[in-house]
Amino acid sequence: MTAKKILILFAHPSQARSEVNLPLFNASRMNYVTCVDLYAEYPTFRIDIDKEQKRLLAHDVIIFMFPMYWYSTPAILKEWQDLVLEHGFAYGHEGNALQGKQFLCAISTGGPKKAYQCDGSNHYTIQELLQPLEQTALLCGMDYLPPYVLFGARTALEEKRLASHLTHWQDILTKLINSEFAGIQFSKQDLLSHPECKQVKK
Amino acid sequence: MTGYFLQAFIYLAAAVIMVPLAKRLGLGSVLGYLIAGVMIGPVFGLVGSETTTIQHFAEFGVVMMLFLVGMELEPKVLWDMRNRLIGLGGLQVGLTVGVITGLALAFSLPFGVSLTISLIFALSSTAIVLQTFSEKSLNKTDGARNAFSVLLFQDIAVIPMLAFIPMLAIPELVEQSKALAGTVEQHENYSLVAHLPGWAYGLVVIAAIAFVVVGGHFLSRPLFRYIAASGLREMFTTTALLLVIGIAALMSLVGLSPALGTFLAGVVLANSEFRHELESNIEPFKGLLLGLFFITVGAGINFAILSDNALVIAAITLGLMSIKAMVLYGLARVFNISGSDRWLFALSLAQAGEFGFVLLSFAHQQHVLPTELVQLLSLPVALSMFLTPGLFILFEKVILPRFAENENEQQADEIDEQGSVIIAGSGRFGQIVNRLLVSNDVTTTVLDYQASRIELMRSINVKSYFGDATQPDLLHTAGIENASLLVIAIDQPERALDLVHHVKMTYPKVKILARAFDRGQGYELEKAGADYVISETFHSALEMGKQALVDMGMHSFQAHQQGHVFLETEAKHKNDLYHAWMKSQEDEGHVSHVRELFMNLESALKEEMDKDRAGAHAKGERGWTPRPKNYSQD
Repeated sequence: MTAKKILILFAHPSQARSEVNLPLFNASRMNYVTCVDLYAEYPTFRIDIDKEQKRLLAHDVIIFMFPMYWYSTPAILKEWQDLVLEHGFAYGHEGNALQGKQFLCAISTGGPKKAYQCDGSNHYTIQELLQPLEQTALLCGMDYLPPYVLFGARTALEEKRLASHLTHWQDILTKLINSEFAGIQFSKQDLLSHPECKQVKK
Repeated sequence: MTGYFLQAFIYLAAAVIMVPLAKRLGLGSVLGYLIAGVMIGPVFGLVGSETTTIQHFAEFGVVMMLFLVGMELEPKVLWDMRNRLIGLGGLQVGLTVGVITGLALAFSLPFGVSLTISLIFALSSTAIVLQTFSEKSLNKTDGARNAFSVLLFQDIAVIPMLAFIPMLAIPELVEQSKALAGTVEQHENYSLVAHLPGWAYGLVVIAAIAFVVVGGHFLSRPLFRYIAASGLREMFTTTALLLVIGIAALMSLVGLSPALGTFLAGVVLANSEFRHELESNIEPFKGLLLGLFFITVGAGINFAILSDNALVIAAITLGLMSIKAMVLYGLARVFNISGSDRWLFALSLAQAGEFGFVLLSFAHQQHVLPTELVQLLSLPVALSMFLTPGLFILFEKVILPRFAENENEQQADEIDEQGSVIIAGSGRFGQIVNRLLVSNDVTTTVLDYQASRIELMRSINVKSYFGDATQPDLLHTAGIENASLLVIAIDQPERALDLVHHVKMTYPKVKILARAFDRGQGYELEKAGADYVISETFHSALEMGKQALVDMGMHSFQAHQQGHVFLETEAKHKNDLYHAWMKSQEDEGHVSHVRELFMNLESALKEEMDKDRAGAHAKGERGWTPRPKNYSQD
């Protein structure tokens, strides 16, 4: 079986202050993984549509890596979707370029996990809040995988939760490359970062 | 006249042959000069007794060197090292004098003679040590800094020594010379202070120093500005020489050390905007004279006396060097100079110095030392200087590697220091680049050839220096070796081009960002090797074009997008145009081809901007196009 190629689209506008996302991005540099720093490549937001579409075609797994900003992506990642996922390419008539690729988000949130539930301060689970991206993936014919989440990211470094988060992530990337998630049916409640998720469910 | 030419030729040829060879063999330039001197002097006998005269002249190189050293030291830095200067320097001279005097007395030499010898031997060679430090880039080490304080103290200590030695005169020698005095005409030295009483002498000395400090601070700027306005480069060199020689003359007139005076002037000028230009003007003279000085030291070694007293001289030389090294090593322990720096400090200063020769001949004149002893003692002084480069090699090859492992952690800090940016030209363009960098804590060195502009920059607290950035010497003194970037924003296109060529050839690691006036110059700069070229009017013109589009009714976001399309289309055609331009430089016939390509660019631009918007692929708007009207999902 051939190794899958992974494309990570990283969006962080203030990297000098990044404690979690930048280390995660840097830990992702391995064989078969293409790491794209969107803010570095397009500081004026002038995204090169042709280049980005070629990148998508050349990879099997698409990952958005970002800190949650107002229950959504940082601005450049939204701009990227608006520009790159064109009719006739990603969706619509003959728009099947992304068909069959896997898609997931690797994100960090400021709030703790218990804030993301119906009786928490954010009222919705992280899975629910990511539904616009889930639906985008589905419309493009992609296979949506559960997100990889670090809750309470502002204190992760102090509480020494970062190191295991990074090694776990590298483990997941290796599994993606080796197609180990193919054909697995995940439930709506699953998180890739959740320990139970390591057990393969058919 | 012919004699002078021949002599100059012999000295220069010896230097040209030996110095690069010594450098290549890893011996350092100082040893090269010394060997060259031995070759033309004692070995082949090409030069003779005139070396002593030349040596006095060449000692002026030391004066110039101290001027340059002073310019590297801001007054604040000098004040900060006052404890080391007096404590370390004073103890070094004091202890060395004590030990050597005791030893000489043990060999039953008279007290006056013993003391004089010890004073002569206590001094080290500023010329060799500082030259070697800078050649081996040891300047910034702790050992070198402490060694420098000691050398500075010694240079100052020479003055009271010159006053003190005559009091030790031996009565019989004075008698002898009085008998001769009638026949030999005494040379009266020029002096302003010879017949003054003590208090008046003190006043004159203070007045002279005050003149150097105050004059250097207040008079030098208007003078240099006036000279710079003349635009004649050689006048600047002349003025710089005038300044150094003037101060040296003043100091000798009042009986102070010229080296000390110029050092002081250097410190005063350390903050001046003309500092780098002054340095690059004086530096070649200093180099030549110091080289000449080292040659004369080598040439002055008297092989006849050496072979007659080989054992005695060897014993004195080794004894002298080991005593000095031990005293220095002990002091380094007390003053907490640690690791390899302690060895550097102890070994670098373990020789006798050029002031030793001065004191020897002075002591001879003043009838303190008999002639035979002076001839004998001048050999250990010269030999110890000869052996010093060897000690530096010992330090580099044997001692430093032993400490290298332990010091790796410490060194990391220094490498962490941010590489600086040199900005050539502080006009309307360079100035903005500089302001952005400085406000982001990037250290910059700004150079400009218009004194008025520098004045303006200094008046708003922007650190900038007067000087022609296209002069290799000035770039060197501005620190191009350690710079990571060079920003070229000077007005003369040919000079900018020369500068790119020179820097790319000599310092390939330095990245060059260059400002071009127009497309042609931009290509030329790129061809010369500039890493990033920007046309000075391009982006502002584009901004204005976008504003014009908005004023004509276009939505400002769309105008912004069209601006991007313009940039991208330009970039896409740039390579073709560049290659066509390169060919047209060689062949006139290609000019029409360039014109043709330019017309292509214009039509491509029009096409990109005009694409049918209904077709949803106008470049400026691509990506926000709504789904087609007939698209249905369900």
